[in-house]
Amino acid sequence: MITTTKGLMDEAFLEKRTGVVNNDNEYTTWVEYWLDGELVHRSAHVTLKRNLMSESIIGGFGGEHTSNGDLV
Amino acid sequence: MANTQAMATSFKVEILNGLHAFGTSVVRAATTADSFKAALYLTTATIDATATVYTVTGEVTGTGYVAGGVDLTGAVDWIAPTSTTTIAFSTPTANIVYTTVTLATAFDAVLIYNSTQGNRAVSVHTFGSQTITAGTLTLTMPVNNSTTGLIRIA
Repeated sequence: MITTTKGLMDEAFLEKRTGVVNNDNEYTTWVEYWLDGELVHRSAHVTLKRNLMSESIIGGFGGEHTSNGDLV
Repeated sequence: MANTQAMATSFKVEILNGLHAFGTSVVRAATTADSFKAALYLTTATIDATATVYTVTGEVTGTGYVAGGVDLTGAVDWIAPTSTTTIAFSTPTANIVYTTVTLATAFDAVLIYNSTQGNRAVSVHTFGSQTITAGTLTLTMPVNNSTTGLIRIA
């Protein structure tokens, strides 16, 4: 059974469409269920690939250095 | 043997654990980890690094979605911060799930914020434009390590 805009419905009565977005930023899958040309359900599953990295910089005497000590 | 200028890796982990305060800080009620939430933002919003706290401006609305988004779930919201080589990192303990919602207007960002500390912003993550119809949005958390962890300090 699928949750839809019309309540729970048997998947067998619905047209199922799926898709994938796969790029440098994300891997996303989605599924849609249609009833007589009307979208009644859409779910998505997003996996982020490009997560957040914060680079720390420390001040040096005579220049800035990365946190690993490299002069920048 | 030579000395090497560096930021202590332990310091990077301790930043994530709130052990240092270079400026005026807050009185913490407990030593336990804070609670965090995740709110979704429309493609027309302008949520970015300048965000300081959660805002309703530009947030999605729709059936089944409560303003402010959902709580990060788990016994604690984040895996205990740790480090590998010189990189500190942490990732939410569980996927972020919006169950049985209808979000008809396209959205493409999630703001993670600290609901214990005045809804202060933590991070903004963007993805391809999405809508949800009587369905579920799942944001799958990456593997928690120094190359894919959700939050990393190098």
